[in-house]
Amino acid sequence: MLRRLTVLIAGPALAASMSVPACAYMVYVSNERDNTVSVVDSTTMEVVHTINVGQRPRGITISHDGKLIYLCASDDDTIQIIDTASYQIVGTLPSGPDPELFVLSPDGKTLYVANEDDNLVTVIDLESRSVRTEIPVGVEPEGMGISPDGKALVNTSETTNMAHFIDTGTHEITSNVLVDTRPRFAEFKSDNSEVWVSAEIGGTVSVIDSASHEIKHKITFEIPGLRAESIQPVGVRITADGMKAYVALGPANRVAVVNAKTYEVEKYVLVGQRVWQLAFTPDQKMVISTNGVSNDITFIDVAKDEAMQSVTVGALPWGVVVHPN
Amino acid sequence: MTVQSVTDRIPGGPNGPKGFRARQYFVCLKGILLREGLRFLNQRERFVSSLVRPLLWLFVFAAGFRQVLGVSIIPPYKTYVMYEVYITPGLCGMILLFSGMQSSLSMVYDREMGNMRTLLVSPFPRWFLLSSKLLAGVTVSIMQVYAFLAVAWFWGVKPPWTGYLLMLPALFLSGMMLCSLGMLLSSVIKQLENFAGIMNFVIFPMYFASSALYPLWRIQESSPLLYKICLANPFTYAVELIRFALYGQVDWKSLMVVVAVTILFLGGAILAYDPSKGLLSRKQDIGGNA
Repeated sequence: MLRRLTVLIAGPALAASMSVPACAYMVYVSNERDNTVSVVDSTTMEVVHTINVGQRPRGITISHDGKLIYLCASDDDTIQIIDTASYQIVGTLPSGPDPELFVLSPDGKTLYVANEDDNLVTVIDLESRSVRTEIPVGVEPEGMGISPDGKALVNTSETTNMAHFIDTGTHEITSNVLVDTRPRFAEFKSDNSEVWVSAEIGGTVSVIDSASHEIKHKITFEIPGLRAESIQPVGVRITADGMKAYVALGPANRVAVVNAKTYEVEKYVLVGQRVWQLAFTPDQKMVISTNGVSNDITFIDVAKDEAMQSVTVGALPWGVVVHPN
Repeated sequence: MTVQSVTDRIPGGPNGPKGFRARQYFVCLKGILLREGLRFLNQRERFVSSLVRPLLWLFVFAAGFRQVLGVSIIPPYKTYVMYEVYITPGLCGMILLFSGMQSSLSMVYDREMGNMRTLLVSPFPRWFLLSSKLLAGVTVSIMQVYAFLAVAWFWGVKPPWTGYLLMLPALFLSGMMLCSLGMLLSSVIKQLENFAGIMNFVIFPMYFASSALYPLWRIQESSPLLYKICLANPFTYAVELIRFALYGQVDWKSLMVVVAVTILFLGGAILAYDPSKGLLSRKQDIGGNA
């Protein structure tokens, strides 16, 4: 009887403990205010290391082999390269003034950087660590997205309220799509069919057809008890299977879960204050949000769409990237 | 039948063997449990009212006080939670508190109707009879808690499902503490009418001056005195014990406080119901309704 009871109690507890993700990934979070990058273990959900970096670190990404982190040190007007094995800064890239966000090409050889103060997109060759070219875009460029085949680049300009489609072969703008006020982020679907652009002040996400460059749909958000002005979409991530999208809603303290087929908002997940950017773990079992005002990140279970745990990091966490393996 | 003839026939009587067998204790316990269970089932309005009270708090009060941007992280929560999630363990505690007091009311009623005297003249030890009565009350209140949690689930309060199982010992202990408090109080209440006083002087202060409705850090911010009162209130520890257990954790401090206070209240209740030593006999002496 006692044994049966033990099985009854311990069984579910064991099963629950086994549902914790088995793979340990390192999560890198740029902390805008205290000039650090926090390294968080995704299994223990604890900060394991803090790296001192340049001033006002914001955009952060990682090389496909996971050996190097690229980090926008905005107030130092440079991009720093951090070795993930030693956590040392091993070099810099000539980014142009005030780099904020960037995107790495699918072949891992080129970095496209939005220079907020200079109205430029800087194209950096990573092998020679030199500027290949600069592309003039709208006022206050910020969001950067690249198509899975690497042929099309989308830059959003905050003040012009446009998504600029750029041909990566010619480095020419092929079309400009007017979206809602203050577009912040651009994200392609993995099948290259759509690009989603969030508009912070407009409170919408525009779904743009990648081929025709026309807006197919505008996703709006509504949270009972919150004023529309408090709902400010910023970071967007779409699952590899193209079924679900996650949209960070800024001061609404929530991440919206959107059905990427029907464009219906299915759920709002409560996270920390002023949620900004998002990143999936490589197995896509978790999505991680940076919560700027509450100085923490929140791990969200993708299967259940529930917040699992929030972890305090540095001051004003901004960007997040996860080690690919 | 004379008292002498009864004591001659029972174990431990003048010529009988000492003590009862476990089976006999079990029959007695089963009888008391069945009586309490039947009473609960036959009083559907009691069941409904026991559910309506916490649900009103959940649907109306929590909606009014809803912190739309979430409650800050405090253990055992690992991330931000909505207010209705925070308040749920407190409402479970409220069910146990009201139920404990209700069983105290039923004991006053039993005493007025003479049922209690029938129970107490049973040859079983008084501590066993009172503990069985307590156990019956706690079992009924735990059923109420689970019914409430089932409804709350549809309202978006979805703790890990293992928590429902793991909270059972915490509910049992907290229920024992509050029921034994009720039993202790029932020994000093003379008449049924005095129960309103219990509501005002025991239930409400215990409920409001605790961590059931607001996190203690927030109470400390607004009133350090109220914070100290909350810390001295055993109900705070019952709520925290339930809260942690619901999320698969043990709050050892709360556990120790609840166990200690249960022993204190239960001991007091057993002493108070002892006709030779307790308050009951004193009231009988002065001709009260005992």
